[in-house]
Amino acid sequence: MRVEGQVLLVIAAFFGVVALVYWFWSGETSGTALLTGTCLLGTLPGGYYFWWSRRMKPRASDDPSAKREDGEGVVGTFPSSSIWPFVLGVSAALVALALVFGFWTAIVGFVGATTAVLGIIRESRRGGVV
Amino acid sequence: MANVGRMSRPSENDGRAGGKRRPWRLAVPVLVLCGLGALLSGCNFNGPTFGESHGVDVQGHDIAKLYSGMVIAGLVVAAIVWSLIFWCIYRYRRRGRDEIPKQFQDHPLLEMTYTIIPLIIVIVIFVFTVITENEVDSLSHPAAATVTVTGFQWGWIFHYHDADGLTVRTTGAHEDLPSAYTASIYPQLVLPDNETTKIILESDDVIHAWYVHAFDFDRFAQPGIHNEFEITPDRIGVYPGQCIEYCGLYHSEMLFSVAVVSQKTYKEWLSYNEHHQGTQPKHFTKGFDETI
Amino acid sequence: MTTLVTHPESLSLPEEEHGTSGLLKWITSTDHKVIGKSYTITAFVFFLIAGCMAMLIRTQLASPDNTFVSQHVYNELFTMHGSIMMYLFAGPFAFGGLANFIVPLQVGAPDMAFPRLNALSYWLYLGGGIIMLSGFLTTSGAADFGWVAYAPLSNSINTPGAGPDMWIVALILTGFSAIFTGVNICATVFYLRAPGLTMFRMPIFTWNMMVTGILILIAFPVLTSALVMLWCDRHIGSHIFTVSGGGVPVLWQNLFWFFGHPEVYILALPYFGAVTDILAVFSRKPVFGYRGMVFCTIAIAALSTSVWAHHMFTTGTVLLPFFSIMSYLIAVPTGIKFFNWIGTMWRGSITFTTPMLFAVGFLIVFLFGGVTGIFLASPPVDFAMHDTFFVVAHFHEVLFGTAVFGGFAGLTYWFPKYTGWMLNDKIGKVSFWLMFIGFWVTFMPQYLLGEKGMPRRIAEYLPSTGWATLNRISTGGAYLLFLSVFVMLVAFGESWLKRKERPAGDNPWDAHTLEWATSSPPPHHNFYWIPPVRSERPVWDHNHPDHPTVKEHAREVRELVGVGAGTGARGGLAEELPPSSAGGTSAPSGDGHGPVSGNGHDPTGESK
Repeated sequence: MRVEGQVLLVIAAFFGVVALVYWFWSGETSGTALLTGTCLLGTLPGGYYFWWSRRMKPRASDDPSAKREDGEGVVGTFPSSSIWPFVLGVSAALVALALVFGFWTAIVGFVGATTAVLGIIRESRRGGVV
Repeated sequence: MANVGRMSRPSENDGRAGGKRRPWRLAVPVLVLCGLGALLSGCNFNGPTFGESHGVDVQGHDIAKLYSGMVIAGLVVAAIVWSLIFWCIYRYRRRGRDEIPKQFQDHPLLEMTYTIIPLIIVIVIFVFTVITENEVDSLSHPAAATVTVTGFQWGWIFHYHDADGLTVRTTGAHEDLPSAYTASIYPQLVLPDNETTKIILESDDVIHAWYVHAFDFDRFAQPGIHNEFEITPDRIGVYPGQCIEYCGLYHSEMLFSVAVVSQKTYKEWLSYNEHHQGTQPKHFTKGFDETI
Repeated sequence: MTTLVTHPESLSLPEEEHGTSGLLKWITSTDHKVIGKSYTITAFVFFLIAGCMAMLIRTQLASPDNTFVSQHVYNELFTMHGSIMMYLFAGPFAFGGLANFIVPLQVGAPDMAFPRLNALSYWLYLGGGIIMLSGFLTTSGAADFGWVAYAPLSNSINTPGAGPDMWIVALILTGFSAIFTGVNICATVFYLRAPGLTMFRMPIFTWNMMVTGILILIAFPVLTSALVMLWCDRHIGSHIFTVSGGGVPVLWQNLFWFFGHPEVYILALPYFGAVTDILAVFSRKPVFGYRGMVFCTIAIAALSTSVWAHHMFTTGTVLLPFFSIMSYLIAVPTGIKFFNWIGTMWRGSITFTTPMLFAVGFLIVFLFGGVTGIFLASPPVDFAMHDTFFVVAHFHEVLFGTAVFGGFAGLTYWFPKYTGWMLNDKIGKVSFWLMFIGFWVTFMPQYLLGEKGMPRRIAEYLPSTGWATLNRISTGGAYLLFLSVFVMLVAFGESWLKRKERPAGDNPWDAHTLEWATSSPPPHHNFYWIPPVRSERPVWDHNHPDHPTVKEHAREVRELVGVGAGTGARGGLAEELPPSSAGGTSAPSGDGHGPVSGNGHDPTGESK
């Protein structure tokens, strides 16, 4: 976790410095805003990871001499297959098309998207396939 | 892939990229730097520009010189790296199926070297860039003439501010431009030779760009922004120009030309047109005569 | 739902879905390998479509005053060629196709961290791509404002119609798709690495993909928000980018290029990574200057986000020296990478298979593109060159060098892993040589044309300009490029026909990294067994215990692998494992390897 946090924090620090230099050199607002935003984007997750890394036991994947047994346990829960990403994707495309052709496609899209989101939540809570 | 290990001796992982130092690696970039410096500092340097214009104006000469120096330095660097790649391809082909080379993987000193050398090259180029940039972009010359150039879809308006506040407008035909796509119709900007003209660029609608290859120069004409720059031509002639920023349907036909004429001709041309407002000004063509 | 548990005796391997097959199986799949293949094939189809557009463009330019296509159609063609290549091919091919398939395998994970999000990414991408292409079906035609859509040309007055709106919508969709993929890649790399696979033991490809993921998260939200602003300008009467309402057109350029320049590296870094791995494998050596490579990747990513306005030097509104020096500085880490690539080959034992040829081709081509990029980073030179064909040649050299040479290198390198059979090496090499020659014939004349002052994005030019001959040569080269891609398709087809005769085995290249420790193609959740990780080359260390990557770990690796010192190398890993039919339900028993365990991690380890 430490290295992950450090990479993000280094990026954040870089953009912090660049944002300052850019602001005082050019005085241009849009670029400064973007650079500052990027700095925050690195600080937030980077700080979180770094903060955690000091409070947790190193994971097997952070331990250079970890043995395979050290990694035993639950890897994670992975869905085998699910129709909902497809439904959600099509619905999102329909909602987006409403920006071009008027709001009627959005109605179908929102219904589909809601169903898909509910479907994914149900799937995650209960388990089971499709 | 099997049993490859037995064939060669245990490797020594001593972290050395093969013992010998290669001082020539240092020497070559240093030579490149010296060469670049020499090229750029020479005042009358007229190096190869590979088709790029040498510039028919003072600012263009500077740009061409910088470009020429950079291309030569760039090609030398590229040639060095290419030769290293080709050397590897040639020398280190696999000789036997089970051949396993020494498993070295770093060499801190060498890595430091090839970090620092590019850094130096880059800083040197940057210094020359800034010098040229300040000369090209400076608005310090006393401008003998001022022209407002306005781009529109798809043509140009040239508006001359003479010393007495008089103006001449030259407009390209735009409504019928697509059908009138011939060299003699497109608008012409007239500039005095050996004098600095300040050009103010504007746009009526979308973004255009004023580009004259002979001047090695282009600048955006943008709505809401007045871009100013100076051109000091030093060779009489007629040079083609063109809008170079994509601006819609007939972008490729948004042509113009620049006629650089002697100061005397320029004054005559200007005063003639002041008295004949509304008529099409004289169009200079290649090998023009100086009479107005 | 499958919960992977890694106690050897309770290793529950996923069962294949029953009852679903064909189209439904594809649609419902959340397997990163299926999604990765879908991405690869879809992106390749878009590559072919945009390639055909390029052929039409080159045909139009082959002679002056040509009327092969009308000006309007020409404008649509170069807009869609650029948009499809940038947004729908080069990026998705890397972070959607290669990364999706390879990154989980390289870190030893059973899948991406968020499989359903991953599937959603693909559907958004496919939907976006179809919408973008459908622009051609509208009455006013597809978008025709260039792939950069500069305001105010892109407003509703100058480019009205549904085609441009569909372009905007498509980019919003594919933008979200990219963002989700970026999150997914980062999460996979952060949380699902195998035991012992510390950050500084990850393959360079995975490192680069992780940094690419971060870059996506930096860049794409800016594009998406800029597109929403543009849509508001076009439809609900806001004046963000129009002067008349008090807006600032140049703001679009700032926002767009703040996305656009990182985007260039989003397209480049994955291929840098693939090429790094390939050079190491076919030189039979570890990556030279591994840590340097990693730091350079991070440095390139960071710098690439602070150079956006070097695309705007000629606007007269930007701070020239700042963007100039930042752009120059990118040359330093890129240069280091070049020397490291050379160092990787140096004193190696190089074989020239198709992927290696493409990788070396990438080095040669990209170098020249990089050098010409340095010229353009100089504002005065850019004043002379901006928007000429010199720029066109430069970025094609860079992007074609990475996305096509690098992409084909990656595709042919991982082809056995994707499919389980070998690619026809001979036809692949023919494709390479055609492409390599065609490439120089196409783009060298374009440099010269730029130096002679030919603008980009023009549908026609006067005969008096003297650009005709070079254009004709360039067009000929472009046809050769088209042929080379066609030959590659023939190689794929031939290999498919003869797939029974050329099984790949697990590790046909004697490669280094974890994806080669499993079968080809890998089983449903990727691994039955993972070798101990003691360096960035676990599979090499396992196969060549006498030539370890890191000397200090040599003995330990030998013990972990269960080989006595001096026993010599072992064969490919999974050759010793039971056939990995994707439906297998029994855990293989250890046969001298020690316990056979799956990929062991505990994602909840933090709370321990």
